[in-house]
Amino acid sequence: MFDAYAVNTLTYHEDACNGCAMCVAVCPHSVFEMQDRKAQLIRPSACMECGACQLNCVTGAIAVESGVGCASAMLWAALRGKTEAECNCG
Amino acid sequence: MINLDSISTRPKMNVTSSHLSRENHWDHFLARVGYQRNQHRVEPGLYAIGNPTSSSPVFVSANYTLSFDALRSNLVGVDGYILVLDTQGINVWCAAGKKTFGTEEIVIRIAATRLAQVVSQRVLILPQLGAPGVSAHQVKQRTGFKVEYGPVRAEDLPEYLRTHTATPAMRQVNFSLRDRFTLIPMDLIHLILPTLLVALVFYFLLGGLIPALAVLAVTISGTTLFPILLPWLPSHNFSTKGFFLGFLTALPFGFSVFFMHPTWTWYHQTGLALGYLLAMPAVIAFICLNFTGSSTFTSRTGVRREMFACIPAMAWSFGAGLIMTIVFAFVR
Repeated sequence: MFDAYAVNTLTYHEDACNGCAMCVAVCPHSVFEMQDRKAQLIRPSACMECGACQLNCVTGAIAVESGVGCASAMLWAALRGKTEAECNCG
Repeated sequence: MINLDSISTRPKMNVTSSHLSRENHWDHFLARVGYQRNQHRVEPGLYAIGNPTSSSPVFVSANYTLSFDALRSNLVGVDGYILVLDTQGINVWCAAGKKTFGTEEIVIRIAATRLAQVVSQRVLILPQLGAPGVSAHQVKQRTGFKVEYGPVRAEDLPEYLRTHTATPAMRQVNFSLRDRFTLIPMDLIHLILPTLLVALVFYFLLGGLIPALAVLAVTISGTTLFPILLPWLPSHNFSTKGFFLGFLTALPFGFSVFFMHPTWTWYHQTGLALGYLLAMPAVIAFICLNFTGSSTFTSRTGVRREMFACIPAMAWSFGAGLIMTIVFAFVR
């Protein structure tokens, strides 16, 4: 069955990892795990693209197109002719 | 001439405690029902809790009362400081998404409160959910303060302060039944007026009580049953979960046609029943799709894919259902 959440924009280059484990600390969905002093992507499909890992990765080993996963924000943006959705909950 | 004595060398130090007053609880209630949603604010700045010294820990929070109060109420018996950022009355996680809970604001707030002179230690304890807005290494570089990401939930702080390591469970965001319950009033209150208006229109124009009840059922199902049943509804997408819940909600209304109008021809009965079964799930699915932003796990990529795939289906289903309802309610 169609699963919209099966893919996302998270990419990780293990070669660049310095083992600081910051990604493991900031990820709210346990996407990364430390194995042999390197971060490993263990649950890539659980990523919600919050961008915390990328922002806190000092070596730039992680890339993700972060943004709000909110249909209502995207609909508002589309109605106002904007390309980038912003939270408008308050 | 500037009177140098009037410039305070020490910025204002606010004082707070871990005690939540009756006013605080009332304020929390109002925030939960969405009353003056933007106005549940704490003044940004530095707060002392207990009797802190220059080596006491510094916790960083948002200037939203629910965030600030969750933090301080879990610091019972702790002597420390709370650095409240100006997040414009938005909670930590949402503000981090907008970067108002962010690197820039931390740098500014540390300077404005002269934190480096107040404390001699150089660690800031941030809620983990502030991380989408904060780059720890940049804060370190620009202010000398090391950012330590504490647990997701403030209630885990006492244990965290003993060990200074967060367990995997403390790092994980959940979306418990209790969390989901808390969100119901906001969405319900949001939709209640338009719902009642449409229900009245249906009552007077579309043949009475059952269509009006169907409108109420759509809103209650989408805003109340959906958050409760979320993990148990089949499939992964909020829209398809919504269609499923919507179909179950519409079933009694579909069947009601055969009991309410036993003298009609079978195609009249079936037509009107199909109207309910097509229109109601579409609207419920749409309400459910809009719950993605309230959830704790949907990605932008996923929501976008879901919208492109499911909104056309909702539109067709709703359009067909509405036309059938109107046609079979009037054409005899």
